[in-house]
Amino acid sequence: MHLIEVLDLKKYYSTGFINRQYTKAIDGASFCIERGETLGLLGESGCGKTTLGRLLLRLIEPTSGKISFDGTDITRLSRKGMRSLRPRMQMIFQDPESSLDPRMRIRESIAEPFKLGLRGKMSRSEMDENIMGLIETVGLNPEHLNRYPYQLSGGQNQRVALARILAINPEFIVADEPTASLDVSVQAQILHLMMDLKREFGLTMLFISHDMEVVRHMSDRIAFMEKGRVVLEG
Amino acid sequence: MNEFARNLSWPVLFGLLLLSLFMILAALAPLIAPYDPWEPGRPFLPPSGTHPFGTNDIGQDIFSELVFGARISLFVGFFASFVSVAIGTLIGLFSGYLRGAADEVLMGATDIVLIIPALPLMIILAAHTSPSIWNIVIVIGALWWTSTARVVRSRVLQLREMPFVEAARGLGAGDCYIVFKHILPNTLQVIMAKFILAVAGAMLTEASLSFLGLGDSMQKSWGMMLSYAFSRGGFINGYWWWYLPPGICISLAVLGFVLIGFGLEELNQDETAVNPL
Ligand SMILES: Nc1ncnc2c1ncn2[C@@H]1O[C@H](COP(=O)(O)OP(=O)(O)OP(=O)(O)O)[C@@H](O)[C@H]1O
Ligand SMILES: [Mg+2]
Repeated sequence: MHLIEVLDLKKYYSTGFINRQYTKAIDGASFCIERGETLGLLGESGCGKTTLGRLLLRLIEPTSGKISFDGTDITRLSRKGMRSLRPRMQMIFQDPESSLDPRMRIRESIAEPFKLGLRGKMSRSEMDENIMGLIETVGLNPEHLNRYPYQLSGGQNQRVALARILAINPEFIVADEPTASLDVSVQAQILHLMMDLKREFGLTMLFISHDMEVVRHMSDRIAFMEKGRVVLEG
Repeated sequence: MNEFARNLSWPVLFGLLLLSLFMILAALAPLIAPYDPWEPGRPFLPPSGTHPFGTNDIGQDIFSELVFGARISLFVGFFASFVSVAIGTLIGLFSGYLRGAADEVLMGATDIVLIIPALPLMIILAAHTSPSIWNIVIVIGALWWTSTARVVRSRVLQLREMPFVEAARGLGAGDCYIVFKHILPNTLQVIMAKFILAVAGAMLTEASLSFLGLGDSMQKSWGMMLSYAFSRGGFINGYWWWYLPPGICISLAVLGFVLIGFGLEELNQDETAVNPL
């Protein structure tokens, strides 16, 4: 059963007012992702990987094409319909520090999904209990909770981002080069953690990277991206 | 704000010192002032033990006038500045966040308001209505928001593209939530700098208007003290204790706010240079 089905997706950026030019960031991509599967997406810098990930979550609007998530065409969904669907799909960003609000303590960032009621009504103590559980799952200390993102390392911030995503409990995750900005030893730790979490929570994932080794390690299936098109392996 | 505390330079410290001094004067005026500032007595007394800064033309104690004047001057400064910065912040937030047509309309309005000169408008308003400190508050509130709107807008345009804002949108959060919970807190530092500088400007404007004779004669502000000293012969007769203290108070208070405001702006620039949010 496909969780994600993409059909002839296009995203053109136009630049210039008089001499209008189009950047074809995504130019007719079609592919599927099965439930529970990790699809690895390989491609050079600038070939449109991030654009594709943001399109799948409808953080940006496509020029044309169809994206269905669990049978619903999300490109036709109203703003309101989309808002209620959003928690089911999440993104892990390339730069962990900028993916966290610099004016929010780590505790608040992780608690945000609970406060927005994404996990139902919750008392303060239940919330604290959940947060403690999450930071243990991702390998952080309680003392990190009162810090700000700039007071943590890149790897620690990426763990915070993971804890936050687990708090949301999505079905589908777009991981956009989640370790590209980390050094090698930390990379391995974060990748292991992601593997564990994926198994434990039965996540479906689009894993974006330009590193062949990493993608092979993480993915069930691999796709290549070239000039805005997706080519499946094999 | 913790960065601000760590980067306190001496000009900013001096500014904070001046500001806290005037705040204490204003807050504890009835305790500090030895006399009721409206109570008449023997006129034109030079400074002495009983009247530290002497008395004016109808014998009111100048030190007490000065202490109570801090209330009026600070109130006008803070209130007018608050109104203008609040308007500017809202317009900047909406303009930058919504972009498109709303942005063009709001920025068009900003450009128009920008060319309306504040002082002549206040003079006209004061001439046609009874002079009051509210004229100053209204005009400053209605005209001075443009620069706040612009810096807030440009900051919001940067912030809205940041991954953490995208992440908030990805939670299914609404626009209002995102603007007030994520974007506004990250804009507060630039807003604060604008606010502090506008307080200085508003206090100076109040003093100028009062000096021109368009002030509120029901309120004892430093500007009104200067105005009376001028119109009732304080300058000509060399009663320096009458006009120097209010002049010095205005200068020091404005200096204090400007030092703090510039300190904040510098900090903002450093921060955007190191960490281009
Ligand atoms: N908002 C935008 N406006 C105009 N062009 C854009 C915009 N966003 C992306 N592009 C263009 O679309 C193309 C694909 O960008 P994208 O960020 O998806 O690449 P990427 O594969 O993620 O690269 P990297 O590996 O460096 O992250 C690039 O040529 C880029 O310049
Ligand atoms: Mg990218």
